[in-house]
Amino acid sequence: MEVEQTALPGIGLRHDFTTRAGRRVGVVSHRTGRRDLVIYDEDDPDRACQTVTLNDEEADALAELLGAPRIVQRLNELHQQVEGLVSVQLPIPADSPYAGRPMGEARVRTRTGASIVAVVRAGRVVASPGPDFVFQAGDVVVVVGSQDSTAEVADILARG
Amino acid sequence: MHETAVLFLEFGAVLLGLGVLGALALRIGISPIPLYLIAGLAFGTGGVLPLATSEEFISVGAELGVVLLLLTLGLEYNADELVTSLTGNARAGIVDLVLNAAPGAICALLLGWGPVAAVAMAGVTYATSSGIAAKVLTDLGWIGNRETPTVLSLLVFEDLTMAIYLPVLTTVLAGLSLVSGAISVGIALATVTVVLVVALRFGRFIEAFVSSPSSEVLLLKVVGLALLVAGLAQQLQVSAAVGAFLVGIALSGELAEGAQALLAPLRDLFAAVFFVFFGLQTDPAKILPVAGLAALLALVSMVTKLLTGVYAARRAGIAKAGQARAGIALIPRGEFNIVIAGLAVGAGAHPDLGALAAAYVLILAAFGPLAAKLVQPFITAIAKRA
Repeated sequence: MEVEQTALPGIGLRHDFTTRAGRRVGVVSHRTGRRDLVIYDEDDPDRACQTVTLNDEEADALAELLGAPRIVQRLNELHQQVEGLVSVQLPIPADSPYAGRPMGEARVRTRTGASIVAVVRAGRVVASPGPDFVFQAGDVVVVVGSQDSTAEVADILARG
Repeated sequence: MHETAVLFLEFGAVLLGLGVLGALALRIGISPIPLYLIAGLAFGTGGVLPLATSEEFISVGAELGVVLLLLTLGLEYNADELVTSLTGNARAGIVDLVLNAAPGAICALLLGWGPVAAVAMAGVTYATSSGIAAKVLTDLGWIGNRETPTVLSLLVFEDLTMAIYLPVLTTVLAGLSLVSGAISVGIALATVTVVLVVALRFGRFIEAFVSSPSSEVLLLKVVGLALLVAGLAQQLQVSAAVGAFLVGIALSGELAEGAQALLAPLRDLFAAVFFVFFGLQTDPAKILPVAGLAALLALVSMVTKLLTGVYAARRAGIAKAGQARAGIALIPRGEFNIVIAGLAVGAGAHPDLGALAAAYVLILAAFGPLAAKLVQPFITAIAKRA
């Protein structure tokens, strides 16, 4: 698949590509931060028959909806590629000592060697959360490491 | 009555009238420019409601309007875009220039107005109004269309050509001898080149100087710098408008966006005053005799712009429907054409030039966007059948 990038002088950039099924879709990135999702006409492939204007927040939401399942999928692919590396998804139970506390306080990497690469909260993915990120009961933490170290992380998150 | 009181009364009435006209234009979905021109015609000499006291005040406002129009136009582009557009689209740009400058120039020569008026008329028929064209693209949802980059590059090419054309025009209009004229054109072109190079290489220093977290300071610095350079440019016979345009180009990125947002209301106010002033200078009695000629010229220019769009879009690998849309998007004329005619009238070119240009722009500023809206369904139908 080839994504074509075209400059729109005075406006911004346009990226577009043709799907395997033959439909052309694109995104116009305005310099103002506005994003237009563009769907091209089947009969007149140069014409945008649908243009959906998104603000920053809406564009982020759409990207996450389209991208979130892919992140987990890609992690699974990654751990299949590298022998001995696993990625697991660990829930933060309601009685976890770290529910409501910043991630940094669990000192996961120092204690186990495994890394927290993402947190899934209410269906949204927070990729590479910082030490200030505050866990909530019900969060699902995506951890990458060895079999043993990720098991240790599960223990820390559940009992401290 | 006190003179200031009269001035405020007249100026206030003009602005209020423009506001009402603007609202009307919004409702019918056309550009307000033709209505502003008509308002100017009504207020001017021979009109229904001649202004006596505030004409001089309005004239200064109009000059400011041109400077702000060109400054904000320049802010839309950065120097890199101009250079890329120049190298990538030179061929289509030249076709655009030849096809569309020719009708005006030929018309002026046939009328026996002489070579100076021909140079001015060439500019009047050449330049597409980037303001109106951009609005057409946005309003009709054509921004995402695949022919749109071609249209935008042509607009950039035209604006850059204007940066060279305007100083040449002012020199020609000044009626200097061949030698001193050539020197003036040389100085003008050298200035344009120097500013472009400075903008490309040292744009960030200018930005660092102008940039400020306070919008008040930013506004004062940008407008101050633009007026200063405009004044200098005027002194060098380059035309104030070009000076302001170049300042706009030198500023880019976030700074330019901020400045654009701050300047937009100011520009809208003074640009409206500029259109009124041009109308003021034009005798409405002279419009009617040239109306037929203006309509014919408008028709010819619509065809030549259509051909330009088809040529440029075909080169970019766009199908027939998109080629037609590219041509139609290029039809509107507006601010630039009036700026050119205003310069020519101010310098005392042929007395009928102002009236012809006014009628011509009236037709194409109003009809261009309307035509685009009307033919859209037909173009889609053609595409479906093909």
